[in-house]
Amino acid sequence: MNSRVIQIYCTAAALAALAATVLSASPRAAAADNATTVARGKYLVETSGCHDCHTPFKLGPNGPEPDMSRALSGHPETLQMPPAPALPMPWVMTSSATNTAHAGPWGVSFTANLTPDADTGLGSWTLKDFMSTIRTGRHMGRGRPVLPPMPIPVYNHFSDADLEAMYAYLRSVPAIKNRVPEPLPPAQKTAGN
Amino acid sequence: MCRAVALDTLPATMDAARFAFNVRVVARALPRAAISALLSVISPLHSQAQVEGSAPLPERLSDTGLYVTGSTTRLRPGVLTFAPHYALWSDGADKQRWIALPPGGVIDASQPDAWQFPPGTKAWKEFRHAGRRIETRTLERLRDGTWRYATYLWRDDGSDAVLAPARGVAAWPVAQAPGGRYAVPSRSDCTGCHESAATPLLGFSALQLPLNALNDLVERGLVRDLPPATLQRPAQFAARSATERAALGYLHANCGHCHNRSGAGVPLRLTLAQSAADPEASRAATLASMLGVAGRFRTPAWPEAGHLIEPGQPSHSTLALRMRSRDARVQMPPLGTDIADDEGLRLVERWIRQDLSVEPRSPTP
Repeated sequence: MNSRVIQIYCTAAALAALAATVLSASPRAAAADNATTVARGKYLVETSGCHDCHTPFKLGPNGPEPDMSRALSGHPETLQMPPAPALPMPWVMTSSATNTAHAGPWGVSFTANLTPDADTGLGSWTLKDFMSTIRTGRHMGRGRPVLPPMPIPVYNHFSDADLEAMYAYLRSVPAIKNRVPEPLPPAQKTAGN
Repeated sequence: MCRAVALDTLPATMDAARFAFNVRVVARALPRAAISALLSVISPLHSQAQVEGSAPLPERLSDTGLYVTGSTTRLRPGVLTFAPHYALWSDGADKQRWIALPPGGVIDASQPDAWQFPPGTKAWKEFRHAGRRIETRTLERLRDGTWRYATYLWRDDGSDAVLAPARGVAAWPVAQAPGGRYAVPSRSDCTGCHESAATPLLGFSALQLPLNALNDLVERGLVRDLPPATLQRPAQFAARSATERAALGYLHANCGHCHNRSGAGVPLRLTLAQSAADPEASRAATLASMLGVAGRFRTPAWPEAGHLIEPGQPSHSTLALRMRSRDARVQMPPLGTDIADDEGLRLVERWIRQDLSVEPRSPTP
């Protein structure tokens, strides 16, 4: 075997090794990227108050605390709320003990199920649906308005990368089947009017 | 168990400070107006970015290419007037529509439900109430393939229309409009509906254009590769009766841009868009997605809502109930209308009551 042939063999072997390295490293690199994104999303969700309203509070030994067995699943469908009390101004808002139902001039809003359950959560939502909701204050950017007290004017300052990370994290949490009620109109209105 | 809170006394922990912004705005006005105000604050943050290389939006409608220079009534040569079979309800506004293709531009109709318009395509829609021109909306396909949306508000003297703010106008005082107020959509409102469809230019399609107009476009070479079968059907919408055809057409025009199976629509099983490629299949899919199908929308305040369509019973059909509502939390469509369309409702209710009472039900999933 002359040196020219050896050189070709060596070059081919090096290219094959490089290709194998690249091919085997790509999934690992992608997984690492995704893990980083999810971790960033977890940080943002936990520091931006999402649990405050979307995870029901329960009474623990040290007072109200988020019920992490129902993390991010929104207002419990089994919790039937009585009519909200009428408040004298300047009192404007009433909140349930779970902090998942809020009554005010807009009616009664119930916090959404953010878990990836396909039927009752965000399982069928695309990243675009999620981002459009935060950007426009409408469900999926085209449905009904997202109601108070969801702080849309604050959250739409998140960068696209932040929202992508939060979406990725929300896709990773356990799916919880919990059909949150539709919002109720103010007391003087009926749903059909 | 409930607890009452006063925002001004809440500690600045949790989200109280954030809630206060929303709640204070809402508390000052009626709920509907408050919701509009909230959305108008948010919308400009979602305004469409300037596409690199595209000219900025003209400040006046007269500079958009619709009219000949110096006029706001005479159309520029090459601008085509069109009218769809079935119109979007816009609170009773009288509307006119125009389209212009770039020089040499041709529409690729090989996908009959998703026509591909050449970059440079422009379309306009004018809104009038009581004869007064109020607003003219435009959309344009840019060089990079994206669509750009804008709307122009007519001056009182009708001399021209001026570019509206990207955030829209929640309640523009216009004496001729119903209630004396007119809602101008934000640019994100435009994309909300137009970009949920298979193609953003709505109403100019194989289903919506009359056959003679389609033939004319093909003969003039402005539309190519339209499947011949599309031109040979006696009616573009499949239906079992004239009432059903009108009802499916109405739902296609008013709901189908979001409720469709193009992949861009809302993630629900409900499909209200019909197909030029296979009208019978799309009719069947529409019925299967509604007849006897339990809706996801449930509220204790509305116990009569059940199936999306309860054959024979429009008063128990969520579809009709939500069409009738103009509560922002409930109404359908959620955008672009503050007044229910009584005529459209009567049509859909007649279809549910008369035609669908004999239609076999699909199994509830």
